Amino acid sequence: MGQYILRRLLQSAVILLLLSILFFALVNLAPGGPLAGYGQSRHVQPEKAEILKRQLGLDKPLTVQYIVWLMGNDWMKVDTNGDGVAESQGTRQGILRGDFGFSFRTREAVLKVIGARLPNTVYLMVITLLIAILIAIPIGIISAVNQYSAVDISITTFSFAGQALPEFWLGLILLLIFYAWLKNPFTGESLLPAGGIHTIGSAFSLVDWLKHLVLPVATGALGWIAWYSRFMRSSMLDVIHQDYLRTARAKGLTERQVLYKHALRNALIPLVTLFSLDIPYIFSGAVFVEMLFSWPGMGQLYYQGALQRDYPILLGILMIGAAFILLSNLLADIIYASLDPRIHYR
Amino acid sequence: MEQTKTTAAGSKNHNRLHPRLPHRRRQRTWRRFRNHPGAVTGSIILTVMIISVLLAPLSPYDPETSNVAEKFQPPSWQHPMGTDALGRDMLTRILFGGRISLTVGLMVVAITLPLGVSIGAAAGYLGGVVDNILMRFTDSALTLPSLLVLILLSAILREVDLPVFSKNSVITIAVIIGLLSWMTFARLVRAMILTLREMDFVTAARALGAADLRIILKHILPSAIGPIIVEATLELGYAIIEESGLSFLGFGIQPPTPSWGNLLANAQENFVKYPWLAIFPGLMIFITIISVNYIGDGLRDAFDPFKVLEKVGKV
Repeated sequence: MGQYILRRLLQSAVILLLLSILFFALVNLAPGGPLAGYGQSRHVQPEKAEILKRQLGLDKPLTVQYIVWLMGNDWMKVDTNGDGVAESQGTRQGILRGDFGFSFRTREAVLKVIGARLPNTVYLMVITLLIAILIAIPIGIISAVNQYSAVDISITTFSFAGQALPEFWLGLILLLIFYAWLKNPFTGESLLPAGGIHTIGSAFSLVDWLKHLVLPVATGALGWIAWYSRFMRSSMLDVIHQDYLRTARAKGLTERQVLYKHALRNALIPLVTLFSLDIPYIFSGAVFVEMLFSWPGMGQLYYQGALQRDYPILLGILMIGAAFILLSNLLADIIYASLDPRIHYR
Repeated sequence: MEQTKTTAAGSKNHNRLHPRLPHRRRQRTWRRFRNHPGAVTGSIILTVMIISVLLAPLSPYDPETSNVAEKFQPPSWQHPMGTDALGRDMLTRILFGGRISLTVGLMVVAITLPLGVSIGAAAGYLGGVVDNILMRFTDSALTLPSLLVLILLSAILREVDLPVFSKNSVITIAVIIGLLSWMTFARLVRAMILTLREMDFVTAARALGAADLRIILKHILPSAIGPIIVEATLELGYAIIEESGLSFLGFGIQPPTPSWGNLLANAQENFVKYPWLAIFPGLMIFITIISVNYIGDGLRDAFDPFKVLEKVGKV
């Protein structure tokens, strides 16, 4: 097992390295290069652009630039004032040591910006997924146990509809209903706020935070509920027809014990793998939900970064996101192996 | 009647070495598809959608010419879906947008299908090192947060005027979506080939001296056609959602060319006062995707050799 984990970690490191080359090449080979984004936010005169290029090291060959981006330049002399002579020691540490450079727009360190946004996204996504799973598992079970009944048919219809609803449209419709149309009968205000993580400038109030959660969570969760309930249904149906359930019944266990002790536990195992495969999609959900509800998280940061072509921010989020996805996939495989006794990794 | 058909199909089949779908099996597939209410409804809706989108130029309004005198009209007989901020008829724009969205969807399938199938077929049939390399590649591609990469690519390409890939044209968007979504085909085809290549009819073909490529193209792929068609249908739906999402964020198809996604993006500023701007484009996406998904579901049941047994309760 230890050897397996080690091998997987090495593989992940290789994939990350290849991805870093890919992303770096994409940004730097684009016509206009990375400065195209820089020029968009500030007006840069041509002669100043030359100086800027030298200051940022963009006059060096791409391979050197990549190595500097990866490992930093504190081992070489760089041209800080842009006069063409390398005179001072470099200060960049490279992404391997957590230095993702500075945002073109705000001049803040990328890691600092991401660090400020990350908790907001984690907060929203953890609640969204938790609620989605807590709803999806029971309705999936009910659907499977009552296969082809009216309940089952309505649940499967709901899950088909839910999977076809794009988040960005669902969000708009929910805003229309709960922000524009429905009013609080006592105050005449909108029933739910249009966006943000809490009312700006007001003292902390749990009700206020919860109110701000409802629409983003509902928008994000519906698709997951539809998807996981459908999966739960078929996973449960697979298990229900297994021999060991017949054995359990033959032993004289009650139907309840058979379903919840024997069937459910095994039906949940494939959910671990599914969940780990779905992690990349959590990122796309975050982009839409955070953009619609002005939620100050990573998705919104990425979206704004892309609008302004703030490449250091984009590359930072992509690399950190990819590392997170690879690690969680590995984690899911380890959990899977420990849950399913039939699986051994070598 | 049934008797004669069976023998006819049977004898025809004996004369062939490669197992194309025999007549009777094809008929059974079609009968099962017809008996799936969701799939039939979905097919009808999608057909109506495609016909109306093709007939879009018959509309009395132009999708791109503004008519400020008629801006923000609510739905009426003249404008069944209202008009937008520039007084353009929304129904006309939605129909023209549907052309774009459906074209992108079909183009993505046309890109991902051959790409994914050849990668999967090569990996599954050749095995060994080739398999290992191709599958590591596929797995890595699957771990990409695809929307984020799509946004990065189109943010870069949005400013670029290359010969074919000019400023996020339909082709550009289809190609970048396609490059990020062939992986399901590859994995599906590989898995099917791993099972099929051990079957007797493949051994027989090999014993008769058929070359690898011939075995893959003439013997294995025709047997794997059902799941591939199902996956292609679902891919059409995903591609339409991805395109509209990308256009909704402003990185896909650029206005004034309408697509369902950028119509929704336009609606965002004014949708509280003029809700029809947001309701109709999204409704079209929703109806299309749900139809496509039901068709996919119907096809899956129709192609599934175990489906009959399941209904009887044997499996």
